[in-house]
Amino acid sequence: MALSTPASIGGATARSYTEGLTRKGSDVRGRVVEGALISTLAFSLLILLVLLVDLVRRAWPVLSDRPGAFLGGGLNSSDASRAGVWQGMRGTVTLAIIVVLVAVPLGIACAVYLEEYAGRSRFAKWTRINVRNLAGVPSIVYGLLGLAIFVKALDGINGNGRTVIAGGLALSALVLPIVIITASEALRAVPRGIREGALGVGATQWETIRSHVLPSAAPGILTGTMLSLARAAGEAAPVLLVGAITGLLRTGDQGVIDQLSGPFTAMPVVIFAYARQPGDDFREITAAASIVLLVLVLAMNGFAIWLRNRYERKW
Amino acid sequence: MAVNLTRVDQLDLRTRPARRRRDRIARWMFRSAAFTTFLVTLLIIGTLVFDAWDYLSALADTEDGLGSLFDIGWFPRRGIFDIGTLVVGTLIVTSIAMLVAVPLGLGAAIYLSEYANPRLRRLVKPIIEILAGIPSVVLGYFAISFINPNLVTKLFSGAHGAFTLAAAGIAVGVMTIPIIASVAEDALRAVPMALREASFGLGGKRSQTTFRVVFPAAISGIVAALILGISRAIGETMVVAIAAGATGGGLFSLDPLQPGQTMTAAMAALGFGSDQVAGDDLTFQSLYFIGLLLFFMTFALNFASDRLVARVREEY
Repeated sequence: MALSTPASIGGATARSYTEGLTRKGSDVRGRVVEGALISTLAFSLLILLVLLVDLVRRAWPVLSDRPGAFLGGGLNSSDASRAGVWQGMRGTVTLAIIVVLVAVPLGIACAVYLEEYAGRSRFAKWTRINVRNLAGVPSIVYGLLGLAIFVKALDGINGNGRTVIAGGLALSALVLPIVIITASEALRAVPRGIREGALGVGATQWETIRSHVLPSAAPGILTGTMLSLARAAGEAAPVLLVGAITGLLRTGDQGVIDQLSGPFTAMPVVIFAYARQPGDDFREITAAASIVLLVLVLAMNGFAIWLRNRYERKW
Repeated sequence: MAVNLTRVDQLDLRTRPARRRRDRIARWMFRSAAFTTFLVTLLIIGTLVFDAWDYLSALADTEDGLGSLFDIGWFPRRGIFDIGTLVVGTLIVTSIAMLVAVPLGLGAAIYLSEYANPRLRRLVKPIIEILAGIPSVVLGYFAISFINPNLVTKLFSGAHGAFTLAAAGIAVGVMTIPIIASVAEDALRAVPMALREASFGLGGKRSQTTFRVVFPAAISGIVAALILGISRAIGETMVVAIAAGATGGGLFSLDPLQPGQTMTAAMAALGFGSDQVAGDDLTFQSLYFIGLLLFFMTFALNFASDRLVARVREEY
């Protein structure tokens, strides 16, 4: 076909151009780059898969043969056949309760002040910088804080400061920035109109916050709370420094007071204690304990993600 | 015609005193909650500085004086406090972690932001969040039970032991992947669509658009992601405490295939188990000195990362 008319020239140009773009192997470099990128993503996901499969494979003998003895057994770093996770679970639940009682109200209150009262003031700006900085402090430094402040203070009251309360306070300091940051985001997502509506009919600022702003932000705040609890449940370093037990913990049928003022341990500390023991039987125990902790932490994270998706409101 | 208007006084608008008092109390309580965050910071810095000073002045009174900070090796129970051994161990672990996490984390971020379709993104992002949620003790166990025997000792003939810095570094890297991936992805997605459209409109291919337009535009956020990753890797404790070996002390070593000691692992070793070093004040106090050093290293890195992220936010 002769290229004589403008229409035929245009058609031929378009055809060759499309061919150039769609022909197989036209953009080899682009495909190689895309392949490399997708393989980094696939490899990252593969690591997670290998980790989970490896854990389950190793833990299987323990979890299938003696689930009751393992889940009900105490911390025992010398006899694998009697080692279990019961005391660790109890410690972690107690720590979580302390975090809920201390860090969550404090963090939410701080977020309310930043978002509802302080706004763009200089104090708010510095608080935000400070909170972001606290969020980046390594967890073991919070252990030092617990050791030097909380343990010493409780030493004075109790005679033995290395208790679950000191551990819970150290973890509370650790997750406080997470609670503040997530609660701030939840409060910021509440539209101005809701506040203005309440203020406009004569509510005081406190009444506005209590009956309008906080209920509207509740799902987001709850999500942040779950995330911070999951973080607290998985942290070993601070509780270890505060003095969680890694050897053998004797707790019989103690009352609540004795448990709060006596020696304690926690789930990640139990895993650490077992991981340090040589021998295949302890390898299995460690894997099984890791699975218990993973289920706990992932359930909390999953619940948080579910909450976020379920109650995500479009205003 | 007379209009019956009730006069409203300014005083009437001020409502009951009890309500106003409640409002004031609430405000005051919220404000003091905000102050506690400063209290936490002050307590951390105060503790570290105060106890580290105690340690240094006590050390200066010993026979060797401050010189033992530069002896070779870290054996706190024998009075050998070579901080260099620990810093080098930390640097080795952090470098290995970055070798693992930077390509994987950045690659995943670029793919998710520039290539993946929305459905894949929605599927993969929660999975990466799961990876971020794995407790570090579990990764430490993974390092000694899988990474070291199946990867490190098989790939490198020089590694025989059950504990190597390399295995610890790889596990720390795995832990850092989701941090780098999510911060970098945020930075890439913050680049306005118009930049991509301009590039496509000029005939740019996707790879060209990604690496010559989007990536340079997001560079400060990406650097922030890398710095944050380094800071997390330096501060990571449990993986190293489980997988790097040397719990009691550590020789000076540059070989990643040998066991070694890092700042955080040394702190964990000193801190746990009240029976270990209690009674020897100087040994125990060294904990705070390392803590202070660690705090300032991570503080500087976090601050730099924070500034870079803020710059991205201002630009777009």
